[in-house]
Amino acid sequence: MKIPLILKKLFRRRIVLGAAICLLVVVLVALLANVITGYDPNETAVSQRLSAPTASHLMGTDELGRDLFARIAFGGRYSLTIAALTAIGAIAFGTLFGLVAGFFRRLDAPIMRVVDAMMSFPDILLAIALVAILGPSMFNVVLALVLVYTPRVARVVRASTLVVRELLFVEAARAVGVSTARILWRHILPNLMSPILVQASFIFAYAILAEAALSFLGVGVPPEIPTWGTMVAGSQQYAHDALWVVLFPGFAIILTALSLQLLGDGVRDLLDPRLKKSM
Amino acid sequence: MKPSLTSPDPLRLDVRNLSTFFDTDEGLIRSVADVSFSIRPGKTTALVGESGSGKSVTSLSLMRLLSRTDSTQVSGQALFTNRAGETLNLLALPEPAMRRIRGNEIAMIFQEPMTSLNPVFTVGEQIAESVRLHMGLDRAAALAHALRMLELVEIPAAAQRLHEYPHQLSGGMRQRVMIALAMACNPTLLIADEPTTALDVTIQAQILELMRRLQRETGMSILFITHNLGVVAHHADDVAVMYAGRIVEAAPVRALFASPQHPYTQGLLACLPAQQRKRELANGETRGKRRLYAIRGQVSSPLAPPPGCAFEPRCDHALAACKEAMPALESAGPQRVARCILVSEAAPLVTETA
Repeated sequence: MKIPLILKKLFRRRIVLGAAICLLVVVLVALLANVITGYDPNETAVSQRLSAPTASHLMGTDELGRDLFARIAFGGRYSLTIAALTAIGAIAFGTLFGLVAGFFRRLDAPIMRVVDAMMSFPDILLAIALVAILGPSMFNVVLALVLVYTPRVARVVRASTLVVRELLFVEAARAVGVSTARILWRHILPNLMSPILVQASFIFAYAILAEAALSFLGVGVPPEIPTWGTMVAGSQQYAHDALWVVLFPGFAIILTALSLQLLGDGVRDLLDPRLKKSM
Repeated sequence: MKPSLTSPDPLRLDVRNLSTFFDTDEGLIRSVADVSFSIRPGKTTALVGESGSGKSVTSLSLMRLLSRTDSTQVSGQALFTNRAGETLNLLALPEPAMRRIRGNEIAMIFQEPMTSLNPVFTVGEQIAESVRLHMGLDRAAALAHALRMLELVEIPAAAQRLHEYPHQLSGGMRQRVMIALAMACNPTLLIADEPTTALDVTIQAQILELMRRLQRETGMSILFITHNLGVVAHHADDVAVMYAGRIVEAAPVRALFASPQHPYTQGLLACLPAQQRKRELANGETRGKRRLYAIRGQVSSPLAPPPGCAFEPRCDHALAACKEAMPALESAGPQRVARCILVSEAAPLVTETA
């Protein structure tokens, strides 16, 4: 199937199209942060602290007089980067472990018991513990979140591998002399792309929320780096007087996470017609 | 033990005392027991038997495709003579050497054309993969070769089909693609595991005709695994009948159909409507509607095989001695063997079934 045709089918549902547009806007704002905002995100102006949204400060200012729109735009870079790296890392490791566990029966139990053990911790608690041990930095947040989400991917990929490995074309590939490594890489992995893609979009969304939660709890990104999470965390005590200081970053989080979830739903429905609801 | 299907030519494949066990939770299952047969160059040997008789396990054992984690035990010899005239024991070859043989010297066609093609690749890519692995061609050359193979198996609009995915093809078309895939490296032995079972009758005939033409043109040998006796009669040169993991009778095709020696073979042939009709005419019976003959009972469980002949509980000619020991596979005429004490007692069994 050609790419434009896939997109056309995907966007036939308006809500998926809307989600894609929202996401595109968020990404563009983050990418073009230095062009579309007139302020340095860390430039303080105490005289204008906690200013309500005005023409010069579109989303108002925070407790140190920093322009909120600039901070959300620049913060988006960090938040989206952390989430993207988390999704990539979790998918890479999760797919590897899931494939190996699903294909080689001897390794199935050892890998999956470790996965079960890791999944028995509540997500956010495990991440908090990891960052608390490793120390707060952007890299450690990504590392902790990758560790949290890898088991989830591994489980999904293993389940799909168990199905695909028994299909006759795998045996047929073996019968034409294809090696095990090549069977895994060339014959099984491409057949797992739909569950992997769906997982990727969900993990991206979870990671945005998780990073915000970690930063809010003070075990995430160091406060000097503007992310949506650190912004909510830093300004929460002023929310009573100046609602906008938490409203706009919170809105950015919700908008991005929701868009990603809806997009993930759309991709899943497209790839798995059995789950498709009547439109 | 070895069936005397020998001919002056060197054999393409000479299987000797092949046994395959599965170690399951319920116990050791002897799925294939002491199977010996051979395939002559350019000829077709059919392996016939009902479901569960060990036909497919035999072919998978020969190709060493049974998964190693199933606690499978395979013993015996499978002497294969390759293009260069070297004779190799397939069951003792190291895995990399075996991989060079699979798809190259020995190709395989499976029963289900619907699932034996990878849904995410075009058929051209799948044929090209085998060609690239074994013939070392680059992508473009391999695709060109794949196109020639599709034309060879008479797929219309082959150039267009080359770039289509398996779901865009019909069942018969997919089986043609599977044959093209199997033929891509010009194999010396083709193992066809019920290649036409999933297809309707007209397509079956086309596919069989195609395989016969390719055999004529390339001189390959075919191991034809089937339960369809009609297909065997038309397409095989030699036949080995399997029952409960053992060969019960082996003979050249004409001899087998003309005078089946083993009661199981006789029963199988009696199950054919045409045979029944012939018998009725010969006996002067004219009653219109009669039930088809069926072999009574069912195959014994592989976990609790009868102590004597495996077919004894179902056999109309069973004697007391049949319960005691498994009869040996013994000569039953020129180039043929049978595993039945009635045959080995030199008194040719009456071909009439009760």
